This record gives sequence, C-alpha cells and structure tokens, in this order.
Amino acid sequence: MSEELHDVRLTVNGATHEIRVPARRLLSDALRHDLRLTGTHVGCEHGVCGACTILVDGEPMRSCLMFAVSAVDHEITTVEGLTNPDGSLGPVQQAFAECHGLQCGFCTPGFLTTITAGLRENPAPTHEEARDMISGNLCRCTGYQNIVKAVERAAELSS
Amino acid sequence: MKPAPFAYRRPGTLAEAVSVLAGEPDAKVLAGGQSLVPLLSMRLASPATLVDINAITGLDVIETIDANDAVDGQYGEHGGVRVGALARHAAVLASPDVRRVQPLVSMALQHVAHATIRNRGTTVGSIVHADAAAEMPVVLRLLGGSVEVEGPAGRRTIPASELFLGPLQSSLAHDEIAVSAYFPALAPGAGVAFDEIARRHGDYALVGAAAHVDGESVRVGYLSVGDVPTVVDLSGVADDDLGEAALAHLDPPDDIHATADYRAQLVRVLTTRVVRSARDMAEDA
Repeated sequence: MSEELHDVRLTVNGATHEIRVPARRLLSDALRHDLRLTGTHVGCEHGVCGACTILVDGEPMRSCLMFAVSAVDHEITTVEGLTNPDGSLGPVQQAFAECHGLQCGFCTPGFLTTITAGLRENPAPTHEEARDMISGNLCRCTGYQNIVKAVERAAELSS
Repeated sequence: MKPAPFAYRRPGTLAEAVSVLAGEPDAKVLAGGQSLVPLLSMRLASPATLVDINAITGLDVIETIDANDAVDGQYGEHGGVRVGALARHAAVLASPDVRRVQPLVSMALQHVAHATIRNRGTTVGSIVHADAAAEMPVVLRLLGGSVEVEGPAGRRTIPASELFLGPLQSSLAHDEIAVSAYFPALAPGAGVAFDEIARRHGDYALVGAAAHVDGESVRVGYLSVGDVPTVVDLSGVADDDLGEAALAHLDPPDDIHATADYRAQLVRVLTTRVVRSARDMAEDA
C-alpha cells in the first residue's frame, strides 16, 4: 500500500518551503531530512530531552511532538534562524561560546531556542529563573552550571 | 520511534470533524498531541486516522462564567471558568481570570510537564486523555467539573464523576469530541492546594494530591495512586489521622518508579500538606 502524501508549506526562518510528505512525518524529521536544516537535533523523540526544541510563532515547542502537516500556518524558527542578519552569532549563541555552555553540542540547539524565547519573555532573569528556564532541556556533558551562566550572559548581551 | 502510517484529516469545522470520526471508528483526535504523539511514536497506539482539530476556530476560548448566566444551576452556585479544546496549558496558566476564579487550576498547571510542553499541550486534551498520573483530570474530578462534548447527536455534558473509566479510558464515544472543560469557581471562604512529588521537576508525579476545603468539608484528589483519578472525602478526620484515613480508600501501586510502601508514605505526607495549605487559604480568605 502506498502511503498518502500531503503537500505542506512550511515557513522556516522566514523562508517558505514546499514539501510532499506522509502525515506521519514528524516536524523534526521534516526539518532535518526534507529541508536539510540539520541544526535541530533529535534525541529521545518523545518530548523528554528538549534537543529538538524549535520556536513556533516565537514559542518553544518540541518538533518531535508535532507533525509537519500540522505546522502549516505557523512561523517556525530553528537554531539556524538565531544568528544575526549579518551571519554573526546571536546573543544567546555568543553567550554559550563565551561561557563554555556546551561540550559535545548535541543538546545545544534546543537550549538556544528555549533561552531565546525565555529571554524575550523575561529579559532579566534571576539565577533561579535562569535555572527554571532551562529545566525542560537535558544536557549530559556540562552539569548545567555554564549553561545557567550563559543564560545570564545572554541577558546582559541582549540588554 | 516513528509513528505507523495513518490517514490525516484537518477539518475546518466541528461538524466536519465529528462526521469524519463517525465514519472511522479507529480515529483519534489530535489537539496538542503532547501525550498522543509519543504514544504514536512508540507505537503504543496506531489509529487508522488522525483528526487534527487545530484548524477549527473558536476552540481556544478561556472564559469566566458568572453564576447568573447559569441555566438550572448547571454551572454551580458560584460560576466558574470554561476552557476550550484548543486552549494551551500555557494560556490557561497565564490567565489572571482563571487564577482568580479557580486558583487550583493554575496551581496544578504549574506541575504539568515543562513550559515547552505546556506551550503546545491542551488542558482539555489532557483531561480526556484520562491519564491517572496527570494533574488536570484529578483537578476536574475534585472540583466536580464537567466536559462538554460534541457528537453526531449534538452536544452533551459529561460530569467529571462519569468521565474517567479506566487507564487512558474516558466515557467519550469514538465519534465525540471534547469541546470544552468547565471548572467550578472557588466558593467564598473555601481553600484549595496542590502538591506532588516527582523524581525531577516536570516528570510524571510518583504521587500528587489536590485538596479542597470548604467549611467542614475536606476532600482530597490523588494522582498516580490508581487507574483513575481518585477523590477521598476526609471531612471530620483529625489532622493527625488524615494520611491513614486517605490510605483506607487507596491502593497505591508498585512499579519501577516507586514501591507501594513509598507511595503510601507520599500519600501520608502530601495529604497532610495539601489539607493544611488549603485550610490556611480558606482562613486567609
């Protein structure tokens, strides 16, 4: 049996893409495989680890818990969309580099998107709020201390 | 970790969605998908069709209902809040009206997964998913709320006491869609509280408890201690006996996350804690 395909128009980082995918194509897979935007990483694939977090209309969401077919009508931002217009690192990315907020880097795209949205909502987080902001993302390398520092540094850079 | 194939429908109206469901017994409704998509990915569920209701307008309402608007007292003495099927947890949690009218909803929502999941997941979806380890079903049950559903024969209201049949099993028919959930308001002078113990913040709770205190009435709802959200009436029980009195009605399970003994201990601790906290709120009011 051949699987039904759907024409899906996705708006990602300001660009419009037309893809033809089965309904079961996870948004994370559509981004990585169909659009070749491999910055979004796939960890647990059931919403626990946070590596695949993207911004949907500016709000962080798990791309592994959405289907590409349901992502029409939304503005999607991936880690590739977090750089400044001139291609230099955005403030959260810059802060991660400065504070050694990553080691292997696998979880990093999910942190960057989550923190970008978090700082938009709360531009000057306390230490506790910075920890809370990243509580839905797992990192197995850093021990989180430098990621918390990066949140605080990113807030400084953005102010 | 990829879902099995399914047919996908994205109806623009509720009537259309109901008719798709009526024609396909093995269909599931997709709202936020934060519980459903993992089940599909792990192939614990493989429905033939998914009916995505996200394109239906008007389902994301969050509204307070005045007692005076009630017909035949259908909304209780004090009114309440109604939350539509597409209202995301995050929007419900952010609503000052919800917090004012029924603070228990906001208290419990803070414990629902992480902010990122709450941005997509819906409160009504979480309720009709009927997971006994979830927060919002027990809140609805404790407050005596209800769910409004639409099916081929029109709308009906299912009281929370008749909604939860078993693990992940609600009394909705296969061709019915939950349109909204109704949480009765906190009565003047009453108090509520919520607390849970989880391994990590945002995980499913090993045990959770919600208390409702109104005058002499003391009731506590529990999550993760049985197959369905369970409410125990503890009115008239002395403070020191609350935990044991609750355990007389509960049979906490043993599983890989916690032993039955440990869960029983959590029931004792949480029961005392939430009843005390709800009482403090009632006294401060």
